[in-house]
Amino acid sequence: MPLYRDEAVVLRAHKLGEADRIVTLLTRHHGRVRAVARGVRKTSSRIGARVEPFSHVDIQCYEGRSLDSISQVETIDPIGAALSRDYGRWTTAMAMVETAERLTPVEREPAVQQYVLLITALRALVSGEHDAPLVLDAYLLRSLSIAGWSPSFDECARCGSAGPHRAFSVAGGGMVCSDCRLPGAAAPSPAAVSLLAALLSGDWPVADASEVRERREASGLVAAFLQWHLERGLRSLPLVDRDDRRLAT
Amino acid sequence: MYEGVVQDLIDELGRLPGVGPKSAQRIAFHILAADPTDVLRLADALREVKEKVRFCSICGNVAEEPECRICRDPRRDHSVLCVVEEPKDVVAIEKTREFKGRYHVLGGAISPIEGIGPDDLRIRELMVRLADSGIVEVILATDPNLEGEATATYLARLIAPIGIAVSRLASGLPVGGDLEYADEVTLGRAFEGRRRV
Ligand SMILES: [Zn+2]
Ligand SMILES: [Zn+2]
Repeated sequence: MPLYRDEAVVLRAHKLGEADRIVTLLTRHHGRVRAVARGVRKTSSRIGARVEPFSHVDIQCYEGRSLDSISQVETIDPIGAALSRDYGRWTTAMAMVETAERLTPVEREPAVQQYVLLITALRALVSGEHDAPLVLDAYLLRSLSIAGWSPSFDECARCGSAGPHRAFSVAGGGMVCSDCRLPGAAAPSPAAVSLLAALLSGDWPVADASEVRERREASGLVAAFLQWHLERGLRSLPLVDRDDRRLAT
Repeated sequence: MYEGVVQDLIDELGRLPGVGPKSAQRIAFHILAADPTDVLRLADALREVKEKVRFCSICGNVAEEPECRICRDPRRDHSVLCVVEEPKDVVAIEKTREFKGRYHVLGGAISPIEGIGPDDLRIRELMVRLADSGIVEVILATDPNLEGEATATYLARLIAPIGIAVSRLASGLPVGGDLEYADEVTLGRAFEGRRRV
């Protein structure tokens, strides 16, 4: 069986049988792969913690017919351990890895841009340099762009006429002019549109200075845009804890 | 594919956790070849467990009465509550003989990627319990993996404002593992060395 070594982010890990886990990894060179980590749920296992979601790892795998199997794993950065102590950021990271999984639909197809984007976004989340909801929306917009669905926030997404335009059409691919406007288009505030453009291009000073109201508006548009392009919605997105709300009992 | 009832059996077995299509087939043929009395005993056990066993109305543990054995036991300390993911964790902790309080079984851990949020677990029931009984300490004994840790983080944030002491099992439990696999000595030590959060 061929053996390969790669760098990877753990997207998810679920239980298999008595003590194993199936781990979904986004690797730098081999795209998304699924591999069995044997015995990791036993307390004697020392690699259990290394194959938890969000971990940045150096792995060695045997290639299998449907599933690979992990033979060695070393931690590069235990991102998950830091995030699990902050519920808001942990749920945010969940939405990111679910997106990464959904936007790399073909296993073993190299997806180096998605890989680099994800690792950068997870690190930004750990550093706390920017608010988590902004990091999430920037990540979602950029991962959709890499997947070929880059939204337009200035010129008309359909005919290319110069902006600024007033209507945002999810189906049309972003801001659209009055001629191209489709039924059901939204009319976002100019501030929310500027924020979206800043998040997509990485203009952090503009994004960090934005107001709560436009952030909420922008997040709603990003979620709608994401939903449109994925066949079914993300399970984790509605569970992202954005504002430290407490459960009402 | 097999005919009718054999395939039905394989399909049903294949829906059990940890049983893949190959194992389902193996078990089905084992049942076909087995002594009829053995198979009927298994069928009775399955039926009986569904008829007799329910979940404790107080803690969510498995019970043969409306309330489980532990909740009914007057000798248990009512001031300390241990929160676990599954009934099997109660069994693991009971084996340590280290814990004299009562339990609250969540029914799993928060797992956004599987679509399991706080509202899908018995968290509301937990908060109701904390509001009107004399509980002074809550020990969070969710699995020592990241989902368990994040669930504990969420609960600690929820409980702290009520003024009840919250503690988490001490490290020493291997991270990434299942609580049920921890040996009694390690788990017992984790109880003794629990830390306030
Ligand atoms: Zn146009
Ligand atoms: Zn009970």
